[in-house]
Amino acid sequence: MSIHEKEKALLEGLAANETGAIETIYRENYATIHAFIVKNNGYPEDARDIFQEAMIVLFENAKSGSFELSCQIKTYLYSVCRRLWLKKLHQQNRYYPAFELFDETVPVEDEIGAHEKMNEDFNLMEAAMLKIGEPCKSILDAYYIQKKTMPEIARMFGYTNADNAKTQKYKCLLRLKKIFFTQYKNGE
Amino acid sequence: MEDTLLLDAIERYRNGEMSPQETVFFEELRKNNPEIDQLAAEHTFFLGELEKMSELKAYRHQLDQVENKLTNEGVISRREARGKAKIVYLWSKYRRIIAVAASIAGIVSIATAMLVSSYSVSKKTDVITPLVDTKLNQFAHKLTLIEKQLNVTSAQVHNQSRSTFEANFRATGFLIDGSGYIITNAHVVSNARNIVVENRKGEQFFASALYADKTADLAILKIYDTAFKKVTGIPYTFPRTSPVLAERIFTLGYPREEVVYGEGYLSSESGYSGDTTSYQISISANPGNSGGPVVNKNGDIIGIISSKETNADGVVFAITTKSIYNMLKQCSNDSISLPTVNLLKGLDRVHQVERLEDFVYMVKGN
Repeated sequence: MSIHEKEKALLEGLAANETGAIETIYRENYATIHAFIVKNNGYPEDARDIFQEAMIVLFENAKSGSFELSCQIKTYLYSVCRRLWLKKLHQQNRYYPAFELFDETVPVEDEIGAHEKMNEDFNLMEAAMLKIGEPCKSILDAYYIQKKTMPEIARMFGYTNADNAKTQKYKCLLRLKKIFFTQYKNGE
Repeated sequence: MEDTLLLDAIERYRNGEMSPQETVFFEELRKNNPEIDQLAAEHTFFLGELEKMSELKAYRHQLDQVENKLTNEGVISRREARGKAKIVYLWSKYRRIIAVAASIAGIVSIATAMLVSSYSVSKKTDVITPLVDTKLNQFAHKLTLIEKQLNVTSAQVHNQSRSTFEANFRATGFLIDGSGYIITNAHVVSNARNIVVENRKGEQFFASALYADKTADLAILKIYDTAFKKVTGIPYTFPRTSPVLAERIFTLGYPREEVVYGEGYLSSESGYSGDTTSYQISISANPGNSGGPVVNKNGDIIGIISSKETNADGVVFAITTKSIYNMLKQCSNDSISLPTVNLLKGLDRVHQVERLEDFVYMVKGN
C-alpha cells in the first residue's frame, strides 16, 4: 500500500470510530509532538493535552467527509499542534520560543478557528445540560449520548411505559433547547 | 402536547424512521406552514449540535483509553519519567548559567534565610490555626460508631472488633499510592501515638507515619493493617504546573464524622506572608479539614489544605504539589509512585466527587 492509501485508510478509520486507527496515529506521531512541546517550554502534560486537541481537530475533519489531506498526517498534526501550542503560550504569557525556520508546516488557521467555534458550542451544550437538573439531565444523557432505547430508559427511571418516558424526554429536550438557544444567541 | 408530537415527527424524519407516505405528508406540512418549517429547521440544527456533542464525548473517551493503554505499554512514557527527561534536557542547555547563578544565589539565600527564619517561624504560629479537630466530641463519635454497628454489613462486623479505639483528633488525608500510602499534614500526626485511617465505607485501618517534614508540613502515612487490600484506579494526578489565580477549586474532608464537600477559588498565589510553598484559597474550612486535597476543575490535585488565618474568615492556606514532589525526593522511597492517569477530566463535578470520595480518608488517632 502506498503512503497515500494507507493514510486515507487511517482517516476513514478515524471517522468510523475505530480505536485501532487512533492507536496507530498515536504510535506514529506522539513522540515527535512530545519532543516539540517539551523543547519549547512545555511540560509533558501539555504535550498530552495538545496532542489530544489536535486529534480532535483531525477527527472533526475526517468526519466532515469533504476533507482532503494535502500533506501527510504527520505534517498536518505537527502544524496543528504547533499552532495550538503557540496560542497557548501566548495566552499564558510564557516565554515565546523562536521556532526553527526549516519546520515543515501547512496552513491550518481555518480549521483551528472552526475547532474553537465547535469547542464553544460544546461547552454551551454542556453548560445547558448541567442547568436543566435531574432527572432531565440523566434521561437526555441516556438517550442522546449513551444511545439507550426508550424502553430501557423507561425501566431505568421507573416509568410505567416507553411512551411516558418519551413524553418526559421531549419535555426535557424543550427545556434544554430553550436554555441552549438563549445562551447561543447571547453569545453571538 | 402539540409541541412534543411535532418534535417526535422531526426527530423521526431526521433519523429516516418515517414511512414514505408520512414523509410526503410531513414535507407538505413544512412547505405550507412556514412556522412549522422554521421550528423544524431550528430543531434539526439543535439535534445536530447534540449529536456532535455526543460523538465528541465518545471520541474523547476513546482517546483517553488509547492514551492509558499506550502509557501502560510505555509508548507514552509516564509523567514522572518525562519530567526527568525535561530536567536533563534543560540541564544540558543551561548548565553554565545555572552554575554561576546557583553559587551566587546560594550564598545570598543562606545568609538571608538565617536572618529571616527565626523571626518568621515564631510569628507564623501566632496567627495561623492548623485545621485539626482536637476537641473530638467522644460522645458524638461513639454515637456514630453505634449507628454504624446497627447496620449489619460485613464491613461493620469487621469494625466491631476494634471499636475500643478512642481517638482524640481527627483530620483528612488521601491516597497517593494504591498500596497504602496516604498523604496528610505533618502537624496532624506529629504528636500521635496511634494512627487510624478510615474510608468512606467506615472501614478502619491502622497506619503509621512513615515520613514527616515539619517545615513543609507534610507527612506520609503507610497503612500496615493486614486487612487493607491494595486499591487501584486512583483517579487524580499531581501536575507540576502552577495553579492559576481565581481558578475554581473544591475539596473533600472530615470536619465531621461524615465526608464534607467544600467549594471555592484560588485567591492568592502565595501563602501566609508571602510563603511560596503554599497559596491562599477561599473556601470554608474547619478543624478536621487539614490534609484534604485541593482539586481543580480537571480533577488535578493542586494542593493540600493545611491551615487558616485565625482572625480572618475564609482565608485558608494550602501546600503546593511542588512540595509533595520535593518531599518524595527527600524521603527517596522508591516504592511510592504517584498516579499518572487522570480519570476525572471532563466529568462534571458530581461525578468527580463520586469517584474521588473512595480515596479520601479520615485520619484520626490519639
